[in-house]
Amino acid sequence: MASPGDTPRIDMLRSPLGRARGVGAAHAGTGHSWAQTVTAIALVPLSLWFVCGMIRMIGASRHDVAAWLSGPVPMVLMILLIVATFHHLQLGVQAVIDDYVREPGLRLGSLLVVKGAAVVLALLCIVSVLRLGFL
Amino acid sequence: MRDARDALMVARNTDGKLVRRPLSPHVLNYRWPLSGLLSGTHRITGLGLGVGTLLMTWWLVAAASSDSAFAAVQWFLSSWLGILCLCGWTFALFQHLFSGIRHLAWNAVYGFEKSEYRATNWAVIAASAVCTVATWIVGFVVW
Repeated sequence: MASPGDTPRIDMLRSPLGRARGVGAAHAGTGHSWAQTVTAIALVPLSLWFVCGMIRMIGASRHDVAAWLSGPVPMVLMILLIVATFHHLQLGVQAVIDDYVREPGLRLGSLLVVKGAAVVLALLCIVSVLRLGFL
Repeated sequence: MRDARDALMVARNTDGKLVRRPLSPHVLNYRWPLSGLLSGTHRITGLGLGVGTLLMTWWLVAAASSDSAFAAVQWFLSSWLGILCLCGWTFALFQHLFSGIRHLAWNAVYGFEKSEYRATNWAVIAASAVCTVATWIVGFVVW
């Protein structure tokens, strides 16, 4: 399988039945990892675009920001950035909470706060972008 | 033996003699490997970027609300505290970005050899430092 010196690769750790069912021991979880990966890939170009956009907005007035976001391409990219950022963020913070918060009630509470805050902040950003773009 | 727990730390060696089990040093006595340090930094910068989204939200909501609200956020961002926040935010973004790209490569089973991850350790550090400085140079030129 592996030539000497290579890192040995194990291609299949699952039983055929487990593979057919497509879930691990927790019966869930690949969805979390996959969503984290997909949003990460999307955020590579989006965040670089965002940094360039923010440099252009140094010292800008409200009118300049509205003019920038009223273009369909910046508006769509900005909304994509917001959705990918907050989805990626709440998945990442969930991993941190799952790792470090042991008390079940506190864990559930902090997960609810983080996920709720992510939805509220994302909606605030999206509505603001739409309002600026259509002002 | 002064503590009951010490009883668990006694065992027989291969000669049948009773000996104290050896203790491994405390975790802080080990030298941190650079890759481990970067792994921790990836988490910390991720959480920092989460705090940074509050700044982005404030900026967008203020821009969509009123001239006075937008003037307040622009005043904060051009104050020394605002610039400090933005500097940290820029570094966190680039560190998390380049470290994240390495994670994507690892997900695709590339770069696990010792020579490879040692080289990419420094590549991540250099790329995040260079991009942070370059962004601020461009920023000050535009300003």
